[in-house]
Amino acid sequence: MEFSFTEEQLMIRDTAESFLKEVSTSSAIRNAMESERGFNDNTWQRLCTEMGWQATHIPEEYGGFGLGYVELVIMLEQMGQYLFCSPFFSTVCLGANALLIAGSEAQKQRYLPQICEGSITATLAYTGSSGSWDANAVDATVSVKDNEYVLNGTYRYVPNGHTADVIIVAARNTDTSGQNGISLFVLDANTQGVSCEYLPTMDQTKKQAQIVLENVVVSEQALMGEYANAWPLLDKIINLATIATAAEQVGGAQQVLDLSVEYGKERVQFGRPIAGFQAVKHQAADMMLRTEVGRSAVYYAACVGQAVFDGDELAGELKEAASVAKSYCSDGYFKNAGDAIQLHGGVGFTWEYDVHLYFKRAKSSQVFLGNGAYHRERIASILLD
Amino acid sequence: MKLSFSEKDEAFRAEVAQWLNDNLVGEFAQLKFRGGPGDEHMFPEERKQWETKLAEGGWIGIAWPEEYGGRGCSIEQQVIFNEEYARAGAPGRVGHIGEGLTGPTLIAFGSEEQKQRYLPGIISGTDLWCQGYSEPGAGSDLSNVRTKAVFDEASGKWLITGQKVWTSLAHESDYVFVIARTDPGSKGHKGLGFFLLNMDQPGIEVRGIKQLTGTSEFNEVFFDNAECDAQDIVGQPGEGWAVAMGLLGFERGVSTLGQQMQFQNELDEVIVAAKANGSHQDPTIRQRIADAHIGLKIMRYNSLRMLSGNGDDGSLQKEALIYKLFWATWHRDLGELAMDVIGPEAEILTAAPYELTRMQALYLFVRSDTIYGGTNEIQRNIIAERGLGMPKEPRPNV
Repeated sequence: MEFSFTEEQLMIRDTAESFLKEVSTSSAIRNAMESERGFNDNTWQRLCTEMGWQATHIPEEYGGFGLGYVELVIMLEQMGQYLFCSPFFSTVCLGANALLIAGSEAQKQRYLPQICEGSITATLAYTGSSGSWDANAVDATVSVKDNEYVLNGTYRYVPNGHTADVIIVAARNTDTSGQNGISLFVLDANTQGVSCEYLPTMDQTKKQAQIVLENVVVSEQALMGEYANAWPLLDKIINLATIATAAEQVGGAQQVLDLSVEYGKERVQFGRPIAGFQAVKHQAADMMLRTEVGRSAVYYAACVGQAVFDGDELAGELKEAASVAKSYCSDGYFKNAGDAIQLHGGVGFTWEYDVHLYFKRAKSSQVFLGNGAYHRERIASILLD
Repeated sequence: MKLSFSEKDEAFRAEVAQWLNDNLVGEFAQLKFRGGPGDEHMFPEERKQWETKLAEGGWIGIAWPEEYGGRGCSIEQQVIFNEEYARAGAPGRVGHIGEGLTGPTLIAFGSEEQKQRYLPGIISGTDLWCQGYSEPGAGSDLSNVRTKAVFDEASGKWLITGQKVWTSLAHESDYVFVIARTDPGSKGHKGLGFFLLNMDQPGIEVRGIKQLTGTSEFNEVFFDNAECDAQDIVGQPGEGWAVAMGLLGFERGVSTLGQQMQFQNELDEVIVAAKANGSHQDPTIRQRIADAHIGLKIMRYNSLRMLSGNGDDGSLQKEALIYKLFWATWHRDLGELAMDVIGPEAEILTAAPYELTRMQALYLFVRSDTIYGGTNEIQRNIIAERGLGMPKEPRPNV
């Protein structure tokens, strides 16, 4: 029984932390979030070429490091903690995962080495205007014409969709619903008929886009997995991304706790640091509980995520582990971030202090890929139906 | 990270499961799933017999070193034992205070003579112990103990006078350990002693406390010049606090890690009830059942983390600080969920005057979980102070 990090994993965590402390300072975050692209190109290139993080869990045959999902989750936690603005999540946890899970050998050969080199970014689009996150979210359509596929539809809430070079899209046969009739395609963003529009968001540290496909014609080579039967693959990709999001949330939950404790030790009222008041201590204690409990859920889910790539028996727990982690971390991070504003008092309400950035990220990540209630209902359906 | 137990540990698991399967039969079959929260007062004699049965199998003191009759089991194996014990529905232990508290305390702090005298009775399941800590004026502020210990030169014995309260199973116990003030003018954690007393003596009177469950598991214990042999003070006079704190460390250690399986049994019962009466279709109930399931799953992951993170000294990590607050609150919420699942029928007793159903007993009893062994508020202080380095509470009486 080893439910703890290896020496190597601890080193990865420490390296990630020191790099992010250097590149994701408050002013760097603010510069990135105020731009429409949403990230600093130089920093992203340093990450890709000096650190190679985006290649972490991609197999060596495609130019990656061949490490595991646990290592990836370790980095994501740190990125969440330091509110790192980048297309990492969309490229690795959506794009690369989709290629690894659903891509043909040719598709992997074509795109994964470019991701490992840092020459392209990627994302996944599947949710239409319904704003749901399950199979019903897919409302773009696909039809077959002269051995080619014609795609139409509108996707919303696509992470970094306006800057991605490669987009994986889900579409369904017109007469289908639910999990039936869904197909996956990989497209270059500059394909004719694809338009990507930036959606300004309340959380400025994670950029979203609307993607419209208008009679986009693609060949057989763009099809991922089996035509009209790709839901099981898409489901896996979504669950893995859900775990990745929970990992970022735990990092954020830790950071707002750390900021609050630090502030409480410095801020003096009634002649003593407010960190000495029980009303403050008890809120901080609850924040630590939520963080540590969430962390346990995320690390477990990371092991389950790894099992998916290894074909291990534990992979059978993917849906449950993802929902346990995402429901707990979504609500835990949001509560922690709200409490952090409260514990900062007036300055927590200012634009100058960083707490509001975390509060906004907590909400955007809570909603993304299904909120706490959504994931609890998924668990309920396993237990009760 | 590796989430599976070793082959050796799995073999140990099979051994435990097999033994329980073979022995929780006949006269003991009626004890299955009994003696849990709100049910502690049931079948005391049969559960005492069960202790000796456990002892025959070598299942008492499995964490103790082999030289004291234990098995020297690893923390993983202790958890496995507790998991299998609860999975089999084996009854709530009446010997847990001796096994989990007195034994480890004597092994750590006791004299050779005390070990020889008391450990065999615990490991054989014949001697039951209770804990004399809390007093009417010393609850969360445990160091505010007023019970006095005076050494009587004439008889060569310590004479203990005072009152203890919330003493679990005192009415069934053979021995009690007591912290009492040896230095009359002292305050706080200074000037205390740690004493081992035989319960069967005229100077000790036990009165049951009728709880909100209508039953009496907890007691008041009155000491009126109760006698304690000179050699039965653990450590020196004045060192009792250090011994007591060492003991609380044992109390908050691994002994609670296996209880999730018992919680799982309870949650399963709630789910069965929900499916039976259709409340499993109610969206809010669905959310809460899912939430309970999520909490219990993560409780297990927390344990796995604590186990794997355990240091060379066998102590638990900083993360362990959150454990009591988390499980106690989870368990209290489960009680409320059970009632809401059952609906109006939850009000109806099994029988007059006050015979509770298992779910009612659970619901009422779990209110104590967030109070005993360090209230949620004390837990939050500990987390804030030790986990987050926030300023300590003022201690005006020290």
